Amino acid sequence: MANLDYSSPSSVKEVVKILTTAKGKAKVMAGGTDLLVQLRAGRLKASTIVDVKNISELRTIKKEKNGFTIGAAVSGAELGAHKAVNKAWPGVVEGLELIGSTQIQGRASLGGNLCNGSPAADGVPGMIAAGATCLIAGPKGTRTVPVEKIVVSPGRTSLKSGEFLVSFFLPNRPKKSGDAYLRFIPRTEMDIAVVGVGVSLTLDKKGMCTDARVSLGAVAPTALLVKNCANALIGTNIDEDALNALSEAASSACNPIDDKRGTIKYRTKVAGVLARRATVIALKRARKN
Amino acid sequence: MAKHHVEAIINGDPAEFLCGTEQTLLDCLRDELSLTGSKEGCSSGDCGACSVILDGRLVCACLVLGVEVNGKKVETIEGVAKGDDLHPLQKHFLQEAALQCGICTPGFIVAAKALLKENPHPTETEIRYWLAGNLCRCTGYDKIITAVQKAAAEMRGES
Ligand SMILES: Cc1cc2nc3c(=O)[nH]c(=O)nc-3n(C[C@H](O)[C@H](O)[C@H](O)COP(=O)(O)OP(=O)(O)OC[C@H]3O[C@@H](n4cnc5c(N)ncnc54)[C@H](O)[C@@H]3O)c2cc1C
Ligand code: FES
Ligand code: FES
Repeated sequence: MANLDYSSPSSVKEVVKILTTAKGKAKVMAGGTDLLVQLRAGRLKASTIVDVKNISELRTIKKEKNGFTIGAAVSGAELGAHKAVNKAWPGVVEGLELIGSTQIQGRASLGGNLCNGSPAADGVPGMIAAGATCLIAGPKGTRTVPVEKIVVSPGRTSLKSGEFLVSFFLPNRPKKSGDAYLRFIPRTEMDIAVVGVGVSLTLDKKGMCTDARVSLGAVAPTALLVKNCANALIGTNIDEDALNALSEAASSACNPIDDKRGTIKYRTKVAGVLARRATVIALKRARKN
Repeated sequence: MAKHHVEAIINGDPAEFLCGTEQTLLDCLRDELSLTGSKEGCSSGDCGACSVILDGRLVCACLVLGVEVNGKKVETIEGVAKGDDLHPLQKHFLQEAALQCGICTPGFIVAAKALLKENPHPTETEIRYWLAGNLCRCTGYDKIITAVQKAAAEMRGES
């Protein structure tokens, strides 16, 4: 890590300029809870660190007319303390808050969780289920991209040279909507997800599901948006049959790794079970809203 | 790359030091400022032995760059006692024998101090979850939890 440069610009423009003109490899840093571990372990080489925590757009949560804008570098502790986001999108907050310990929560961000590109990132399925989008800034200006289009393979993103993530947008929800995130880990705290499931759904006045999005983490090279899971719910009252169909669709979508935390067979089975449990929680929340 | 000149408020007093980008806050506290109370257990955010409070938030000093704390406030284990007066947490850790080798203790005390500031009345479960990022290989945790509960009670004026 010798000869490593550091800058902490105060505007989006400056970040883009540094990213495009830096000699060698410039890396964006938010909370640093992935980046610094990787740098220290020698798994990542960089010549410049661009700390984006001093840019207000990346650090604020804003209620807009049509939803919430959440800065990419907002920490888990900050998002967890935001009452309105908690109320509207408890599943999104649940995902980020599951990350690490109290100490990690003081730093870990949604932007870092996504851009690190881990298939098991806990913040990601909840955001995909929520239909969240990312505002990306780069040398050619800004563009907006759905969260599920960012990670292309483990550790790799679709961000182009000079681009970085400024904020997330979570849309307003219709009445009778609810979301939830559940993960399964062998311990009760501080572990990597064997399976993670984010579910977001909307009901009509009679309790029929009119819209749903289901996302699975840790069971494929990237978090998945599983259309067949949503189709199993939409048009039903989310009864036993619908939940069984959802479970089956979740298990069928899995393409997991085999490791000490879970075999392929185990992860596939757990994905079905967890998808059902997360859906039941989202359903309860939707009925109350 | 020239070294960075960093000015921060550490345990209430202004402090300054020079550091390279690659030096973590933990490296700076220990090697540049001789504040060796914060310990290095893993350097990867897993053990909590390096816990400090940065601008009011509990963090792992091994996952913060030294240069990041320019203009910020840092509280370490060295600032917990007031002169010779031990903090209730320190007193109860001793009374309950909540340490053996002691390497994890500064981290636990700083983390517990942050907890009691936010939640003066934590349940046992809340204490256990809050401290889940602090590892201890000696005590088996029960005595640590008891010490935190007793310190919390004393700080609420109940004992
Ligand atoms: C002890 C410990 C426990 C953990 N537990 C969990 C867990 O339970 N679940 C989980 O999902 N993760 C866990 N993590 C991993 C990590 O904490 C999370 O992924 C966290 O959300 C990363 O956020 P950060 O802000 O610290 O990212 P950083 O480390 O700052 O960045 C991560 C990556 O994203 C890039 N990046 C960051 N911000 C941006 C941006 N705005 N635009 C473009 N690229 C960007 C960086 O260049 C880097 O490659 C754990 C880590 C530790 C050390
Ligand atoms: S040394 Fe920082 S968490 Fe272990
Ligand atoms: S007392 Fe030895 S690690 Fe805790």
